[in-house]
Amino acid sequence: MAPPPPPLLEVRDLKVSFNTEDGVVRAVDGVSFTLGQGEVLGIVGESGSGKSVTMMSVLRLINDPNAVFEGEVLYKGRNVMDLPEDRMREVRGGEIAMIFQDPMTSLNPVYRVADQIAEAILTHRAIGKAAARTRAVDLLRQVGISQPERRADDFPHQFSGGMRQRAMIAMALANDPDILIADEPTTALDVTIQAQILDLIARLKDEFASAVILITHDLGVVAGIADRIGVMYAGRLVEFGGKRDLFYDPQHPYTWGLLGSIPRLDRPKQDRLHSIAGMPPSLIDPPAGCRFRPRCPHAFDRCETEPALEVRGGGARHLDRCWLDPESKRAVRDRTIRGESAAA
Amino acid sequence: MALFIVRRLIGLVVVLFAITVLTFLIFFATPGVDPTRSLAGRNPTPETVAAVRHQFGLDRSKPEQYVLMMKRLFISRDLVSYGNQALKVVPAITAATPVTFSLVIGAAVIWILLSILTGVLAVVLKGSIWDPLLMIVALIGISMPVFWLGEVANLITQDRLHDTFLFSWVPPLGYTPLTENPWQWFLHLIIPWLTLAALYVGFYARVLRANLLDVANEDFVRTARAKGLSERRILTRHMLRTSMITFVSLFGLDFAVLVGGGALLTEVVFGLPGVGLLTYRSLQSLDLPVIMATVIYGAFFITIANAVVDILYARLDPRIRPT
Repeated sequence: MAPPPPPLLEVRDLKVSFNTEDGVVRAVDGVSFTLGQGEVLGIVGESGSGKSVTMMSVLRLINDPNAVFEGEVLYKGRNVMDLPEDRMREVRGGEIAMIFQDPMTSLNPVYRVADQIAEAILTHRAIGKAAARTRAVDLLRQVGISQPERRADDFPHQFSGGMRQRAMIAMALANDPDILIADEPTTALDVTIQAQILDLIARLKDEFASAVILITHDLGVVAGIADRIGVMYAGRLVEFGGKRDLFYDPQHPYTWGLLGSIPRLDRPKQDRLHSIAGMPPSLIDPPAGCRFRPRCPHAFDRCETEPALEVRGGGARHLDRCWLDPESKRAVRDRTIRGESAAA
Repeated sequence: MALFIVRRLIGLVVVLFAITVLTFLIFFATPGVDPTRSLAGRNPTPETVAAVRHQFGLDRSKPEQYVLMMKRLFISRDLVSYGNQALKVVPAITAATPVTFSLVIGAAVIWILLSILTGVLAVVLKGSIWDPLLMIVALIGISMPVFWLGEVANLITQDRLHDTFLFSWVPPLGYTPLTENPWQWFLHLIIPWLTLAALYVGFYARVLRANLLDVANEDFVRTARAKGLSERRILTRHMLRTSMITFVSLFGLDFAVLVGGGALLTEVVFGLPGVGLLTYRSLQSLDLPVIMATVIYGAFFITIANAVVDILYARLDPRIRPT
């Protein structure tokens, strides 16, 4: 039997640190995951958990001279970290495309929308300007811009926020990338527009046969479209599993906290939405042992050594970093999600 | 567009009116400037004084004098200098204008090219020793007063090293019209150009560098990089293009000020008979008609340049373009 093909993308023990005046900030500290063909991976975590830095590192978009990278990012079996810069440019936008949080500022204000999309096409394909423009207009139609022939010549400031994010998606998909990385694509948008953009990404990933990595701080955003979800906390993945596992059988108390902070209609109404007590830890001097320990209502002495990310109480492909034994965990979990033991 | 031009023209008239009235009032408020003295010659009889005052309208009320002066300046165009009655003011300005334009345009070309080169180079070489080095050189350029730099240039090229192979080509101070001898025109102007440009090269290079570094952190530059563009294309098409918005508006105003007579020191130091030199001489002898004319000339170009900058600004930045 032939060995199984390598996953589309495999990140192995990625570490990213920044040398600053106050010390070394370990923004990403040993993250590993894989992404299969056509899969949608959600990466969830609060600000500063290292989710964006992880994905920016995949495309080598961090050109801070104080950044230090370790580990491997294997794209189709090749380590992206070792690619020469000109080969890396072919990957960027050609094979792995990325869209960003704020569509208001992500487009260049001085060029027409179609020209910016055409620029992405012309960078990777040997076609004429007219053909690139035609394709840009087609893409704008595909992402749901009405009257695309007319709007193509608009400048970004003539587009609404949702339209700009659509234009960004059109630009990202222009070269049929294998992977689309969306870094908080809906955070800066109105709630109704958020849903539209997520639907659009869900539809287009099939049309373009792209895998998607969706970075968000909101579990509600990935609930609809993700196949698997990774939860990041303080530069580490603390839980990783299929969507159903993660929503219905969450293993890590931090995930419980995230779940508890989503307003839900299928639960009795609470007086107030509960939040996770405390602040995210310093990445310069993270707490010893489990990094969530200082904020965890269930911490006990064993948490002073950090658990590895491995299969514990969850399903066969459900990994987490928590010492609590699965049986006692189930007993406290629901109350934690409802916020009761956070108050206790 | 038509509305824009009309608005600008009205603005121009208002500015010119205000500035001429102001110049007029300052002149007559200055003690000891009575033009009769220079007009009537040495030890004049009271009759001569009265006749001269009448001839030049100085015996009329101030508003009347103002109107008379404007009429002679704009309509009959026969306003003469108080100091030298053979000097007609309007032809004098017309003759001086090409000299000033030659000086300022040449210097502007040099300072635009060199400052973009320096600014971009500093950004590209950021992190190496060259970036701070270039910026120190730029700061030195800014810090050297143009009259001092000009005098030093003259000392070296006209005197100390003039007889060596280095500067034996430098012609004596002065000006040769472009239409008369382009090569001599160039030789006469090259050192004034470099002198005048030195300050602006330094200033513009530093502004551009700061601007480029600002733009480098913009999200759209990250987008450009994520598209797979080369660093060169990101720098020229995305960073430099956006930085030009500031650069061009700054340039328009500096250029206008220089054309409007702000190159006075350079013209004086190098003996270039431009509008600046004319202003300088008229100020020395408190020669109101010539001062008035040069002030109007300057205000005119600055207002025009302002309008041009506004148009260019809208061309460069679609966000402020009227739709």
